[in-house]
Amino acid sequence: MSIKTLASAAIIGAATVTTGLANAAEMDLSGKTVEWIIPFSETGGSAKWANFFAPLLSEELPGNPTVVVKFMPGAGSTKGANWFQEQEHKDGTLLFGSSGSTQFPYLLNDPRVRYEYNDWHAVMASGTGGVAYLNAEDGAKFDGSANQLKDTDFIYGSQGATRLDLVPLLAWEMLGMNVEPVFGIKGRGDGRLMFERGEATIDYQTSSSYLSGSAPLVEAGTAVPMMSWGALDDAGEIVRDPTFPDMPTFKEVCEASDGCETSGEAWDAWKAFFVAGFPVQKLAFLPAGTPQDVIDTYSAAFEAVRSRDDFGDIAAKRVGKYPVFIGDGATSALGTATQVPEEAKAFVIGWLKDAYGVELK
Amino acid sequence: MDMFATALPAFLSAWELILQPTVLFYLVLGVVMGLAVGVFPGLGGIAGLSLLLPFMFGMEPMLGLALMIGMVAVVPTSDTFASVLMGIPGSSASQATVLDGFPMAKKGEAARALSAAFSSSLFGGLVGALFLTLFILIARPIVLAFGLPEMLMVTILGLSMVAVLAGRVALKGVAAAGLGMMIGTIGEADAGGNLRMASYDIPYLTDGLKLVIVGLGIFAIPEIVSLLRKDRAISSAANLGEGWTRGVRDWFANRWLSVRCSIIGVVVGVIPGLGGSVVDWIAYGHSVQSTKDKSGFGSGEVRGVIGPESSNNAKEGGGLVPTLLFGIPGSGSMAIFIGAVALLGSGDIEVGPNMLKDNLDITYSIVWLLALANVVGTILCIAASGGIAKLTTIRFTYLAPFLFMLISFAAFQSGQNFEDLLALFVIGLIGIFLRRFDWSRPAFLIGFVLSNPVEKFTNQAFQIANFRFRKSFEAGMDYVFSPIVIVLLIVTLVSIWFGIKQAKTIMAEGDVQSGAKRAPLIFLLVIAGYLALALYNANLIPDRNMTDKIIPLVIGGVSLTCCLILLIQMMRRPEGNEIFADKELSGEDADAPYGLWSTLAWFAGLIAATSVVGFILALIGFLALFFRFRAGCSWAKTFLLTGFGIALMCAMASVLNRDFPPGLLQSLVELPWPLR
Repeated sequence: MSIKTLASAAIIGAATVTTGLANAAEMDLSGKTVEWIIPFSETGGSAKWANFFAPLLSEELPGNPTVVVKFMPGAGSTKGANWFQEQEHKDGTLLFGSSGSTQFPYLLNDPRVRYEYNDWHAVMASGTGGVAYLNAEDGAKFDGSANQLKDTDFIYGSQGATRLDLVPLLAWEMLGMNVEPVFGIKGRGDGRLMFERGEATIDYQTSSSYLSGSAPLVEAGTAVPMMSWGALDDAGEIVRDPTFPDMPTFKEVCEASDGCETSGEAWDAWKAFFVAGFPVQKLAFLPAGTPQDVIDTYSAAFEAVRSRDDFGDIAAKRVGKYPVFIGDGATSALGTATQVPEEAKAFVIGWLKDAYGVELK
Repeated sequence: MDMFATALPAFLSAWELILQPTVLFYLVLGVVMGLAVGVFPGLGGIAGLSLLLPFMFGMEPMLGLALMIGMVAVVPTSDTFASVLMGIPGSSASQATVLDGFPMAKKGEAARALSAAFSSSLFGGLVGALFLTLFILIARPIVLAFGLPEMLMVTILGLSMVAVLAGRVALKGVAAAGLGMMIGTIGEADAGGNLRMASYDIPYLTDGLKLVIVGLGIFAIPEIVSLLRKDRAISSAANLGEGWTRGVRDWFANRWLSVRCSIIGVVVGVIPGLGGSVVDWIAYGHSVQSTKDKSGFGSGEVRGVIGPESSNNAKEGGGLVPTLLFGIPGSGSMAIFIGAVALLGSGDIEVGPNMLKDNLDITYSIVWLLALANVVGTILCIAASGGIAKLTTIRFTYLAPFLFMLISFAAFQSGQNFEDLLALFVIGLIGIFLRRFDWSRPAFLIGFVLSNPVEKFTNQAFQIANFRFRKSFEAGMDYVFSPIVIVLLIVTLVSIWFGIKQAKTIMAEGDVQSGAKRAPLIFLLVIAGYLALALYNANLIPDRNMTDKIIPLVIGGVSLTCCLILLIQMMRRPEGNEIFADKELSGEDADAPYGLWSTLAWFAGLIAATSVVGFILALIGFLALFFRFRAGCSWAKTFLLTGFGIALMCAMASVLNRDFPPGLLQSLVELPWPLR
């Protein structure tokens, strides 16, 4: 439901933010230090994301506080999120960044989850896309549908079926492809390396990693792009990813492939998890109990960051060219990311158990 | 090779980029900051780089690179101070240095050990850079030739160093390594996510134990406790010998060993996914095997310092290859480096496959900035080593409380949990007993470090091999027995063969007396008990998640078998047999004026008090009481030393923007920093 309102809310959000600007002047953070907690290690994509926004945010917050990114890794990011759940509003100097890897355990009823997204206040959200690609040999058999790929055994380096890898694994299965995941790699970069070594024969990367690491392989002729996951339009429909306008989306490939349906239980589940993991992958939160004027101050600051003349330019190079949701836009993005129909959850939990023996208990 | 035709101009323009006053200034600045962070054990490059990150956004790329590389490059150099002087592995790069460096410091040869180490570091760094300048052009296909079976074989080669370091009773060494591996499997399995010896009710254990904590616990705590009991200076000699020129001559006399170990460092560093964890052990093993008279190893053989130190700086250079060419970090600090590079300038430099094509000059600048930083860092370290070596002549009782303070802080930084301190204590206890009963601590640590790579590569290589065999038998055999695998297999077998022959002469714990049966027997039973429990626990994992249970079952089974054979030997052999080694019977530990438990109680007290009132308040009490009552200082001196300790701790934490372990008090009352 909230998918539909997502993009339009972003626009309305921008409007409310401007009204928020007036109140924002009351708050002054000069001389203070804002801590932005990232529940991952210094080495991941979330670190890159927060480190990109932190100095920009510092320039726009009233009083120009120092914004430091602090890392609190552990238990697949649930440790940091559980910690944040216990924090209360003090003076607006605490910010939390969550990612798809924090959202998925929440959606899948992971026993380690003791946090509740609805208690927090989303002030900014941003997304990414993803691209799946094949090796040259199998890529030659790809004709816009997976029909000729069904007899091939593929191998895929995966971080784990309950992570973001759930989205590609489920997509390939829906296409009728036989993809065997090799679990236990530490990051998508390792997966790409496995692909380059010829050990893995299929891979996927998020947009920015695809552009820097995999597009050169395509140029060199050792990889063939298969499909992007797509992007959401204003109506909440999956359309071509603006970063990869020439690449078919999974939806198109699914429609072209025998036996793959873009409706029904599996499709709904895939779409729900795709939306939770990609178009709204990363969110910035203020803790429970934060007063509205502080939320407005932050929304205004992020809005100012987004409206910088050079924002599109610098963001494209560092975190990718995707919409940034602020204010009400961020709130509705949060809804999109965390409100997944029960049937979709049940489907995925059942599939994880049947396909990989993974039980979260 | 038109690549080489483009390489020369790029190489020259790289030097043009480097040789600018501001770039060199930033490099020196980075080096100085790196040294300041690196001398403190357990913090390392990640802490330093995170410190720089906020300044990287939009910074002039060359300046940012100079600053960051200056910082990263000197950590494997400066951490040598802690390894040699205090027996504390400053970072994973200097674990092997402890084995011979620290005994040298005990003999009063600290300055010699340090300067030999620094000369080797410098040389290693330069050899690494030189090698990389050519190698980086052809590295891509070579790196890609290292698939999972090859990486598994390198890991096994690292593991085979246990044979060299097993100690007098080989079975004990193997069991120690097995125990280390089993402790390395604690937590959520990488492949299927099943828990081993952990529970979701204790979230701390699900992530497994951190290397920093195990390294500090196994090496640092037993040494600190043992020295503290003796209540004298680290160095048994009153003067520090000939000092640093001797060390430089030592290095020169062993320059070929240094060359070989540097090459080992670069080559292993190049392989992504292994990082630096095995390099120094392979270099140490090579140093032992290539030395005629092996009797000095473990008790202060300078070659045991030169080997690992030559390799660990060269490794940093090697680690640049996967980082720059593939965008895949070879280590934690390299991962931050990648992230930071994206923030530099207008974000044009993008590490990854296009680096050589688009930014070859930048690539060369990075390689040679690293080498230059090594030169600057080494000169600064050598200049400082004479003075810092004097620490070893201070009565250790004055140093120990500060060391407890520093390692607790470092341990806490690894995970920011109070449990980090508990884990440090428990591992420290294991370390103390391994040392006492002459079970090889290096073997334990190698096992721990390589536990995860062995499990991961075994499972993944097995799965892919299976996949290939299904295609055809030849495809499978080609995959499993590639030429590289066969070469590594031969090297490993030769290394084990020599290792077993030599193991008896290398006594990492010195000559330990043997005596009565009871205490060694109880320790053996405790270890066997843990192994049995871990085996039982692993067996509970359902069979369809075989990936998560197979390694614990096999390793646990082998280790337990070793323990059972040892048990039978213990029952049959007479008292006084070497199998019953016990440091508490005679020698320095037995003659020490203070007991083990009363000494350890101070550390336990610090941790217990931390859990109640938080780290800083506990530390004030700990330092004051310790200096007044254990060290017998006057109140004035006590006040001064306590104030110094607290000030140092607060300064470090505020610069690095780190927190302290909170206690019960902090959960009840809101306190201002640093008490919070």
